[in-house]
Amino acid sequence: MAALTSVGETPAPAEAAGQRGMHGRRRRRLNIFRYVVFTLFGAFFLLPLLAMARFSLEGAKLGTWSVTAWKQIASYQGTGVPPLLSSIEITLELAVITCVVTLALLVPTMIWVRLRVQWLARPMEFLSLLPLTIPAIVLVVGLGPIYNRIQHYELSALMLFWVYVILALPFAYRALAAGLSAIDVETLSEAARSLGASWFTVMFRVIAPNMRQGILNALLLTWALVLGEFTIAFLLLYNNLQAELYSISRNTPNAGVIFSTSTAALLFAFVLLLILSYAGRRRRGRG
Amino acid sequence: MTSSPVTRTRGGAARTAVEVRLEDLSRHYGPVVALDHLDLTLQPGELIALLGPSGCGKTTTLRLLAGLEDADTGRITVGGRDITRLSAAKRDMGMVFQAYSLFPHMTVRQNVAFGLRLRKVGTAERDKRALEMLDLVGLSVQADRYPHQLSGGQQQRVALARALAIEPQVLLLDEPLSALDAKVRAQLRDEIRRIQLEVGITTLFVTHDQEEALAIADRVGVMREGRLEQLAPPTEVYSRPATSFVAEFVGLSNRLTGEVRGGEVIVRGCKLPLVEQDTPDGPVVALVRPEAVSLASRAPESGSGPLTGTVIAITFLGATSRVTVDLGDTRVMAQLPTSEASALTAGSRVVLAIRPDPVLVSADSDPAARPTVEDA
Repeated sequence: MAALTSVGETPAPAEAAGQRGMHGRRRRRLNIFRYVVFTLFGAFFLLPLLAMARFSLEGAKLGTWSVTAWKQIASYQGTGVPPLLSSIEITLELAVITCVVTLALLVPTMIWVRLRVQWLARPMEFLSLLPLTIPAIVLVVGLGPIYNRIQHYELSALMLFWVYVILALPFAYRALAAGLSAIDVETLSEAARSLGASWFTVMFRVIAPNMRQGILNALLLTWALVLGEFTIAFLLLYNNLQAELYSISRNTPNAGVIFSTSTAALLFAFVLLLILSYAGRRRRGRG
Repeated sequence: MTSSPVTRTRGGAARTAVEVRLEDLSRHYGPVVALDHLDLTLQPGELIALLGPSGCGKTTTLRLLAGLEDADTGRITVGGRDITRLSAAKRDMGMVFQAYSLFPHMTVRQNVAFGLRLRKVGTAERDKRALEMLDLVGLSVQADRYPHQLSGGQQQRVALARALAIEPQVLLLDEPLSALDAKVRAQLRDEIRRIQLEVGITTLFVTHDQEEALAIADRVGVMREGRLEQLAPPTEVYSRPATSFVAEFVGLSNRLTGEVRGGEVIVRGCKLPLVEQDTPDGPVVALVRPEAVSLASRAPESGSGPLTGTVIAITFLGATSRVTVDLGDTRVMAQLPTSEASALTAGSRVVLAIRPDPVLVSADSDPAARPTVEDA
């Protein structure tokens, strides 16, 4: 019996060690695969950005370094276009207005629909996601007559915020919906109601603060969308940052200021992303 | 009577407990009748536990009282005031929910003070009252923590403190212990009762756990299909169930065939008194509690008799054990002291005895059609 037991048991540790070795090799192979994929994709995304940053630092002679293009951001004016700084200002203002309007429109509506008119949730989701399916050119064709009328009154490019709110709707909606689904809206609202809270208090002092991460994400996506939007502004003949950069590049090929401004806009978006992520993480840490 | 005992809160303010009256309340969800003309009165300072299976209407009753849903028909009065059409925010009721309902972005102190803030109580007074309430539930040291830093039991205690901080007229507890583990559950159950007695607030407690209901309540209301089957003190609900549903839902019952004869029921040779004295003579099924069944003696291997059988299972419950005995044509469950049950093993031959407690009988004369022993 003892012999049988020993015969039966002896291979087990060796087999286990073999399995551990196999798992170890597999894990190592997987890690290598991960690093390769990460490096390839990192390079794919990073190289154009680095190239853009390098071009922005190109001196007068090829291969030299200079910060002239960065200094020009504040003062550059291409031929036949307004100063670059004014389109930066317009774009930032547009981003702020679009973020405010989108959140002011979506946050209370989504909470209200969730709390009081749940049957509207599906139609609302459909409507909010609809702009994703409509190509920019179709939007422009549809919005053209309206903007022709607006341009007739010589209103500023800030009027683009109407269409930007529509464009931002699907992204902001998804971010806010994720934030909303992360909390038990019904129980929290009922608890607040039983303590004497009005519906306004429930929405803005109980539910909205708990959607903080969703709101920050919606804010970031909307901001990034406005900062990078070109097609609609260009086709509707408004001058935002991207349309201005395009105009400069057509009139002044290889102007370093195009690259410095684009790099600055990108860095600005990254910094904002970092700030929002940090704010969200800090909040999660606190509760 | 609309109000009576005046109790003193920790802050020193006098509180008058109020009577709560639900009259002819009905609620339908489409074709489903959730509440069917329910009448229920909570005496001032009383704790009533509503008990029943899922879908019996107990939570609907509580939600109608809280104002979180509207009744189709009926009237709700609190302290004589009709609040049927009043919104939840104006009903002055504290509520503890089954799900954790603390506001995640607020500290424990802010959560407890939330209702007071809405009532425009000054900061100093608000903080003082919040700390008093936290002290009442034994969590004042956790005042500056966030809900996610607390255990489930602690969160429910904070929810209780928050509900009581606004000094509501009525306290509503919607299965507040169901998400907790057994030990915390028993502790918090006792704590809720202690606080309810200390504060002296009229309370409606909804649960599907019979042990919880029997342990905590002044009166237990057993509900079924939107109606109250019985509303009585726990001992009465347990020992003198009004209907066979109550008998079967609350506690365990052996279903044994018998015959009513002259105001008594004869079950396997034992004469037992009836809960309902006016039961007509004839064959019946008697509902006998396991604790009414005792071990008379060990039986010889070949012994036989109406209450002689073979032990087939012994379940250890702590101080008592549940012994299942096969009597040949049926099985009987007996709840015995563990010291007595430990002498038995599966296969032991025993003779049982039935204590002459009043039993409820049902006309159903075919116990084989249903399980012999019903677990609540």
